[in-house]
Amino acid sequence: MTFPLITRRTALIAGGAVFVAGSAGALTVSQQAGARKFVLVILRGAMDGLAAAAPYGDAYYRALRGKLALALPGELDGVLPLTEGFGLHPKLAFLHESWTDKELAILPACASPYRERSHFDAQDVLETGASQVFGASDGWLGRALNALPVNELHEAVAISGALPLVLRGSPHATSWAPSFAPSASDDTLSRLMDLYADDKLLGPALASAIETNAIASASGTDSMDRKGRRAGPGAYFGLAEAAARLLSAEGGPSAAVLSFGGWDTHANQGAANGQLALRLAGLDAALRALKIGLGSNWSKTVVAVVTEFGRTVAENGTGGTDHGTASAAFLLGGAISGGKFAGDWPGLAPTALFERRDLAPANDLRAVFMTVLREHWGLEQSLLSRTVFPDAAGVHAMAGLLKV
Amino acid sequence: MPGTIAASIAVNRFGLGARPGELDAADRDPKAWLARQVANKSSFAVASSGLMTTGGAAEALASYLEDARTRTAGKAGTLSPQEQEDAILKPLAQLKEIAAGEIEARTLRGIMTEASFAERLVLFWSNHFTVSASKAVTIPFAGVFEREVIRAGMTGTFADLLVASTRHPGMLLYLDQAQSVGPNSKAGLRHDKGLNENLAREILELHTLGAQGGYTQADVTEFAKALTGWSVAGKRTQRFVPGADPGDFIFVKAFHEPGKRSVLGEKYRSDGEGQGEAVLRALANHPSTAQRIAAKLARHFISDRPPPAAVDQLARSFRTSGGKLPALHETLISLEAAWQPDAQKFKSPNEFFLSALRLTGLARIERTGIIGGYGLLGQAPFQAPSPEGWPDETASWAGPDALIKRIEWAQALSDRLGTSIRPVDMARAAFGPALSPRTATSISRAESASQGLILALMSPEFQRR
Repeated sequence: MTFPLITRRTALIAGGAVFVAGSAGALTVSQQAGARKFVLVILRGAMDGLAAAAPYGDAYYRALRGKLALALPGELDGVLPLTEGFGLHPKLAFLHESWTDKELAILPACASPYRERSHFDAQDVLETGASQVFGASDGWLGRALNALPVNELHEAVAISGALPLVLRGSPHATSWAPSFAPSASDDTLSRLMDLYADDKLLGPALASAIETNAIASASGTDSMDRKGRRAGPGAYFGLAEAAARLLSAEGGPSAAVLSFGGWDTHANQGAANGQLALRLAGLDAALRALKIGLGSNWSKTVVAVVTEFGRTVAENGTGGTDHGTASAAFLLGGAISGGKFAGDWPGLAPTALFERRDLAPANDLRAVFMTVLREHWGLEQSLLSRTVFPDAAGVHAMAGLLKV
Repeated sequence: MPGTIAASIAVNRFGLGARPGELDAADRDPKAWLARQVANKSSFAVASSGLMTTGGAAEALASYLEDARTRTAGKAGTLSPQEQEDAILKPLAQLKEIAAGEIEARTLRGIMTEASFAERLVLFWSNHFTVSASKAVTIPFAGVFEREVIRAGMTGTFADLLVASTRHPGMLLYLDQAQSVGPNSKAGLRHDKGLNENLAREILELHTLGAQGGYTQADVTEFAKALTGWSVAGKRTQRFVPGADPGDFIFVKAFHEPGKRSVLGEKYRSDGEGQGEAVLRALANHPSTAQRIAAKLARHFISDRPPPAAVDQLARSFRTSGGKLPALHETLISLEAAWQPDAQKFKSPNEFFLSALRLTGLARIERTGIIGGYGLLGQAPFQAPSPEGWPDETASWAGPDALIKRIEWAQALSDRLGTSIRPVDMARAAFGPALSPRTATSISRAESASQGLILALMSPEFQRR
């Protein structure tokens, strides 16, 4: 059987016999490719990247950030030192360990192609992978799944009730969330399947749900406690735990999408402590839960943590920040060749700011996603810049961010 | 078999689903049955005994804030994330009690009302002007906002509704307006606070013109400056407006940015409080607003992709009537596209929940059952995930897991109702001739009445409207 979209590199990594099949130059790969896990974490509401990965060494940092500026490394509540004058927020202890273990790469100034400041339109562009608002009605991860060989591992699960836009358009995507109600009998479910025989919406949705539920109950995920349903940053942890369990289950999917909300800190965002710090601590705990839960799968895992846009560099009038442009993105996991920054850093000098108020977009978020899809999953660049990300001819995957 | 297809559309697509006997009531003249609800002020009212006024909610909030301050005072940095969360969440119980009362009142109204088209309109507009209880300070206000602003405004104009919504403490706190200060105002020059553009941006993007409606960042900033001074009476504002009761709308002159403003090319003289209102009224009458409201209404009642002609008809009605809501709602009833026999909208969890309880004819339901049900189905009232409100398209609600949750909830409901129910009759009473033979057969062949009810509630026709 041939899988024309898998590259030579993936095939070699997979360790299987490699031979050219047919005129398209396609290669045969073993099932191993599907064991390479990808977790996409979307921070909804615009996470302040300058608080998460603080450029404390930048000459303009302290003056512009005002009360939001973090203390120096070694000081009380100081940033956790990285290199090049950057430090992680003091609540991001796990991420700092990962940096030290060379499992974290940071892109300090990323943005999608979207340049306005609406959360909803920005999330639309982030998830569709298009170059403009409403440029596509399905998501880039869904299209990437469709491009992979059909294989039970090449599936994705969103840890949420509804399917997020990024996964729409793929029959290989499903959603799952912990439940505490009595479950329906198999007989009722099969009668409903009959009732939905001609229903193009409900039939496939129920079939997919029944399959995911079977995986969840086999892996013990459905017996988790109520943590998964708590609101706010306390809930991130339980959702991440559930994602890890589903991903590492026998026959589990190779991708998971987590959405964490609550990042729209217009007022009283705080610095080392406070509202944003609480969310960053929740995020850090969730990422640690992913590593622990994935166990031996961690070495084959990439986690991308992204947000729809950044926030203003300067503190606003109410101790918070308003909608901005670029923000930090994180690539984390055992498969990452980390402990370093990737991409460009435009700096905080007034002339370097976008529209004289925001961190300038120095790196295209689509390049971050392409890096994962190309280097981790082995999708071809030409496919990535045409089909998975329409109108992305000038955007390319970055080299050197994944372990070989 | 009761009723015609038109009656089924009136009660199911425009309304919240039939209660027993309702199909017959609508059948005499489905359009007139709907039109009566739109014109009648009492259709939109909810029993508010035991619920708080805006002022009462403000007092409860003040006492909560005092309690939270006492618990965290002097402990910054020493508390674990869990302890910090507890310190904030524990005193919230009282505020949540207020919110639970509001949810209960709205739910009982939704189940019992004979004017369920009016109720659907309330839910639509309440979602358009979302005040979510996602912040501690908005928990006590989200419900009373719906009663005192949305319900009370349903027989007036869009412009009046927009102004009332923007002045309400729930909105002013939810979108950070209450503390916004003009940089050159008296308070701004002393540097205690500054401009916050959140509310101004969301009014332009979500309440009026829409993101593609033709405004710039400069318009957002100018509008935000025009709104400075619009605030909520509380501890911090006592010295500026001494007589105000907590929670009152107040205009704080010392916060207001002095000078002329220019928004969307229009100039606004500096006349304090009136400046913000003048901008709001201009936005309400902007052609992009008419188009956007029309598109949202058509999408909500007809289909995810409504025919452009239907949208244009609604936009025209909005413009020619000066934004009169009853006229707009009557135009909706008159749209041919709204009477297509094929149901194209997948019910939101809230619509599914209320229509299921209406179908069973249940007269009461405990508060825990209400809150738990909404939680399971994924749409807790007054807790929309963002200022954009709840999504209004099939793809957002018809996910595989969401479907399983509906089945589980239907199972819990039918477990509770026991075996004395007659699900085939219930389904016929709700749909009349619109009940498909396949569904009717499936229900009648169920292994138990309880399973039959699950099949009825989960049938393709009941999941849609």
